Amino acid sequence: MSEPHISRRALIRTTALGLAGAAFTAGGLGRAFAAGDLTVGVVYVGARDDFGWNQAHAVAIKALKDVPGVKVVEEENVPETDAVSKSMESMVNLDGAGLILATSFGYYTPFVVDLARKYPDVEFRHAAPLWNKDKDPKNAGSYFGYLNQAHYVNGVAAGLSTKSNKLGFVAAKPIASVLSNINSFLLGARSVNPKATVQVIFTGDWSLPVREAEAANALVDAGADVITCHVDGPKVVIETAEKRGAKSCGHNASQAPLAPKGFVTGAEYKWETIYKGYAADIAAGKTPPNFIAGGYEVDFVRNTPFGAGATPEARKAALAAIEGLKAGKPIYVGPLRDNKGKVAIDKTYGNLDPFLDRMDYLLEGVVGSTT
Amino acid sequence: MNDAVLTVLIAMLGGAIRVSTPFMFVALGECLTEKSGRVNLGLEGTLVLGAMVAYAASYHTGSPWLGVLAAGVAGAALGAMHGAICGLPKVNDVAVGIAMMLFGVGIAFFFGKPYIQPTAPRLDSISLGFWSDSPSLKSALEVNPLFFVGVVIAVALAWALRNTRWGLVVRTVGDSAPAARAMGLSVNLVRFLTTSVGGFLAGAGGAFLSLSYPGSWNQGLSSGQGLMAVALVIFARWSPVRCVYAALLFGAAGALGPSLQSIGITQGYYFFNAAPYILTLVIMIATSSATHSARDMPGELTMAK
Repeated sequence: MSEPHISRRALIRTTALGLAGAAFTAGGLGRAFAAGDLTVGVVYVGARDDFGWNQAHAVAIKALKDVPGVKVVEEENVPETDAVSKSMESMVNLDGAGLILATSFGYYTPFVVDLARKYPDVEFRHAAPLWNKDKDPKNAGSYFGYLNQAHYVNGVAAGLSTKSNKLGFVAAKPIASVLSNINSFLLGARSVNPKATVQVIFTGDWSLPVREAEAANALVDAGADVITCHVDGPKVVIETAEKRGAKSCGHNASQAPLAPKGFVTGAEYKWETIYKGYAADIAAGKTPPNFIAGGYEVDFVRNTPFGAGATPEARKAALAAIEGLKAGKPIYVGPLRDNKGKVAIDKTYGNLDPFLDRMDYLLEGVVGSTT
Repeated sequence: MNDAVLTVLIAMLGGAIRVSTPFMFVALGECLTEKSGRVNLGLEGTLVLGAMVAYAASYHTGSPWLGVLAAGVAGAALGAMHGAICGLPKVNDVAVGIAMMLFGVGIAFFFGKPYIQPTAPRLDSISLGFWSDSPSLKSALEVNPLFFVGVVIAVALAWALRNTRWGLVVRTVGDSAPAARAMGLSVNLVRFLTTSVGGFLAGAGGAFLSLSYPGSWNQGLSSGQGLMAVALVIFARWSPVRCVYAALLFGAAGALGPSLQSIGITQGYYFFNAAPYILTLVIMIATSSATHSARDMPGELTMAK
């Protein structure tokens, strides 16, 4: 989970867009695919049922298991160290995996890259936009979802479900992908409720349950009545909001069961689109794409079904917003100022524009600071 | 602006009450153990295991208080293990403690897997804010009964250490093992018991994490609070009552970061998030003295030798 350092969109554009943009590697397919049935090895950095990042992957892997001819081997709680090399290597050598899915940011360099060089017949795919066309092995690759689009929809629903016009956001670190979710959440809310503001609290790290609970409490104390977050496991934030009688929007996976009274909707990845695409490519004898990324327009993200906290107007507007995003309607309609008064976004940018990847500001309407 | 100051003060009050309880329990347990001359660094593992066991027991029995009890028993078992191993000749208690910490966290994660998703009954809080109209003050004064249990234990422990025969035994063993042996006391037995009781308290503190605040079981739940609590004992200079103050101070300082951001003071939140640690350092420096710095330290502790 971090900001990409290469222009992933430029890469996509050189091939084609989205799923269709399959960048086929030169050369044929190796022994791993010749066997007929495909074994997919999956490594997770945490627990598969963490109500967050890992669960989002695990749900998709469950859907992948239903595909005929696909066998899955999984390992959870694999740290971003040499341990992940050992896990992946044993999946290749002992389980005969033909496709490895490395689902955590820190797995890529050097572990995935080195193993891809060592096992050229096995395909490695990694869930962050890090694959470099020029430097990295052709049997490695990246996939990523633009979750900010689903946070925009969260914002639309939150903007019409709030009474105080104050929305709260518990965030881990001020990096581009997090800032993009906060800004998109604000723009979603402002698109239907110009008086809405977003109060953000940074906790400083990905998983600090006690401080996340403190942050959620502080937001409710300051008058926010819809709370959302971008931390590894949103469970604590959603439960604290529910306990305090505030509404909540989810992140990463479905947290709807945690807040039967106040849940509005949530931003979720839909990795199964990507995983099933990989499996289908391999079944058809093709090499899966090296680099894919996208949002609603390619069905890589989705929103959790509405909970009791969503008002009828919120549901209607959110569904309309989803249709708009599917059609490619831009979120960042410029010019937009940051919350220090400077013009941060000079014109309207498309939702996958690389300019937006370099986001290091909070837009006007967000109360908070990146430092 | 006055409103903003009030918001921060209320948040710090609430934070002190909400966050301090696990620190208090672990620190009290460690305080007792160290009074007998032994350090148990494994209480982070005990805290995490206690949180897991409490959640599981509450889920299966439907009674959160049984969960607290089960967490205490699990903690006592870990403490007993530490106590028994350290009773063997030439065993270093610090090293065993680190091993026990990894062991406790490991078995908690192993057995805790099936309990991440289900919802267990939580401990109810006592509403002491009924007299106020302010919802934030009301929320800050939702006090968990375990908080009061911790305060009572602290006072009782301080009294017992000073005024009872048992207290004298523990202090003697902690200050001079040869003297205790000369009195006919079994040093190992006393330390075994204090480490077990200390483990019980730390386990019960873990129950607070999973059954009250933040109030759910997951693997990142503790984020090092058990380790900080061990350090708080030194900060509190081995006094149970001062352990309570230290835990309260730590909780209040921890609430500073989020609450300042909530009223719009958003610059430098990394600094404010570090407030508890900075405060600890400042107070330790301010209260240290070259002539009687080790005055309150039990003489048998590894670090005192």
